[in-house]
Amino acid sequence: MKPSVADPEHHIDPTDFAQAEINKSLSPETKIRLLRDMIRIRRFEETAGKHYNAGKMGGFLHRYDGQESIAVGCASLMGAHDHMITAYRNHGHALSVGMSMEECMAELFGRATGCSKGKGGSMHFFAPDKNYWGGHGIVGGQSPLGAGLAYYVKYKGLKGSCMCFMGDGAVNQGAYHESLNLAGLFDLPVIYVIENNGYSMGTSQARSSVYKNCLAYRADGYDIVWDLINGWDLYEVRAKMQIAVKRAHEESRPTVVEINTYRHYGHSVADSKAKVYRAEDEIERFKQHHDPIQLWRNRLMEEGVITEAVYQELDKAAKAEAVASVDFAEASAYPEFEDITKDVYFEVDEFTEAGRTGRHFFND
Amino acid sequence: MPVITYREAIRHALDEELARDENVVIMGEEVAQYDGAYKVTQGLWKKWGDKRVVDTPISEAGFIGMGIGASMLGVRPVMELMFWSFAYVAWDQMINNAATIRYMSGGKINCPIVIRGPANGGTNVGATHSHTPENFIANTPGLKVVCPATPYDAKGLMKAAIRDNDPVYVMENTVLYGETGEVPDEEYVIPIGVADVKREGSDISLIAHGRAVITCLKAAEILAEEHGIDCEVVDLRSIRPLDEETIIESVRKTNRALCVEENKPFCGVGAQIASLIQDRCFDDLDGPVGRISAVDAPAIYSPPLEKLQLPYPEQVVQKVLAMV
Repeated sequence: MKPSVADPEHHIDPTDFAQAEINKSLSPETKIRLLRDMIRIRRFEETAGKHYNAGKMGGFLHRYDGQESIAVGCASLMGAHDHMITAYRNHGHALSVGMSMEECMAELFGRATGCSKGKGGSMHFFAPDKNYWGGHGIVGGQSPLGAGLAYYVKYKGLKGSCMCFMGDGAVNQGAYHESLNLAGLFDLPVIYVIENNGYSMGTSQARSSVYKNCLAYRADGYDIVWDLINGWDLYEVRAKMQIAVKRAHEESRPTVVEINTYRHYGHSVADSKAKVYRAEDEIERFKQHHDPIQLWRNRLMEEGVITEAVYQELDKAAKAEAVASVDFAEASAYPEFEDITKDVYFEVDEFTEAGRTGRHFFND
Repeated sequence: MPVITYREAIRHALDEELARDENVVIMGEEVAQYDGAYKVTQGLWKKWGDKRVVDTPISEAGFIGMGIGASMLGVRPVMELMFWSFAYVAWDQMINNAATIRYMSGGKINCPIVIRGPANGGTNVGATHSHTPENFIANTPGLKVVCPATPYDAKGLMKAAIRDNDPVYVMENTVLYGETGEVPDEEYVIPIGVADVKREGSDISLIAHGRAVITCLKAAEILAEEHGIDCEVVDLRSIRPLDEETIIESVRKTNRALCVEENKPFCGVGAQIASLIQDRCFDDLDGPVGRISAVDAPAIYSPPLEKLQLPYPEQVVQKVLAMV
């Protein structure tokens, strides 16, 4: 076993991640921003859930409540050449990299003002201008793409990385294993982040995976450094992820991290057995004792960075922002019928000669 | 004009594009140090080195997906599938990712990737290595499918594919790799979406792509010499985008159409062309549109039988005789 944090050169005290250099350097303002970003995700998801249940949107809604520290912590480490890609539980990542609640909510409502013009839906948010590459619906399908984004970083000789997120269910997909092999073989600066919430849809980790030690330990077989992270501690997420980012930047080597977390709600809002395959007291226990927002709030209060009043203000603002995003979505138009066949081919959209040559679409 | 093989023509296209654009990277199994399983990339690794010509493990889902991811940021990978039959293990990447990311991102992303390799039967390698998925790919909005039949087309279309900003899947043919044809030294690019009339004629239009074009040209010679029938041979060159006007113009001239393909019949390319012809040329037709496809079963191994499973010149001759 070789979890990376144990390496002495990182000078990290595993009993107090607040003392890690990357955390010691945080200003009070940044600490509050991290809290605000997590609260915004929570309020966005709650608001989306409410309107989903009211029949305002179609498809699926995979809520991120309970896992906010991961997306926010990781996004807070991103520089100009660090990229992010994830699976379908992607609203938290999108908001973390700076996408607006308005464009995200409008996408859920299927409106033309949505981040994907109403063409992607809940599972498919993208913002390449913010180094955010989605939002992918097929379990594990994004893992080779993450390797590819890292391939570009390396090809261009940039100091960067790609954080490729996935759930614990994705570790059994072949594409993930092929990606690990490629990442190790080609020295790709990719960081595979397993957000382990214990359940691949309705099947517990014990019933879906065989493993030694932990899921990340499988990386050992690919000679890739791995680590386990306690996801409810934002300091720990940042401290350990920073080591992986540094490894990508300085050695162009991959890392696999497994971040333990818990989703407060079902696999999706339509998960009818969310309270069957997980005992209610388990859900309550995690909400009570492992909610990353409450833990971060408590931490910042202990540190004297915030007061309860500040927290309440942040919460109020996040709620208001979420409500306003619904107003924005509802006031927005749906895409036009003609929009169905736009954004299919670059060459067609750009009216290039290639796009005007031959027939591209085959309806009458 | 120099006469080179289909294989060399593709190689020249790759070589010239590697020189033209530093973002072009050749990737695939055995493409570099081994010089390519079918020698298409022979010499390119020696000339361009590890950065531009990259051997991958046998891991199609992984490396094809990696290429798609890299293309989203601006690398222009030209990925070799040793056989198009292996595409099926990378299907999720090729169909779910490459074809839809532009759409699902509302046009924010595009994938300038080329995936190329042989897609043909006829070499006695059994069903798993003999697939012709051009109809599946052409069924997928967001993708382009190119099926060159001659060295000249293979080079010009490959260059267009590499310069295209959408995913272009190029289907070559191992049986054609050694075929020769005139290819000019001067730079040229053949736009994707333009069919080519390979032989002009007045009695019937034979509409084909890939090796079936060569089969039709042979049949047309026999029909002209032995039966006095003057066939026009239309080479589609690309399936999507499709040059419908050239097809329509030809059928309006000859009043008869026979679609020939090595694809399987059900929802094959010929079905799409037949639908087009009945829609646009109904009043011009002197008879029903004919189709010849591969015999509708997995590719058989037995060599003499496999010859009969794919369209062959005499079969086209007989079908034409029955139609005119």
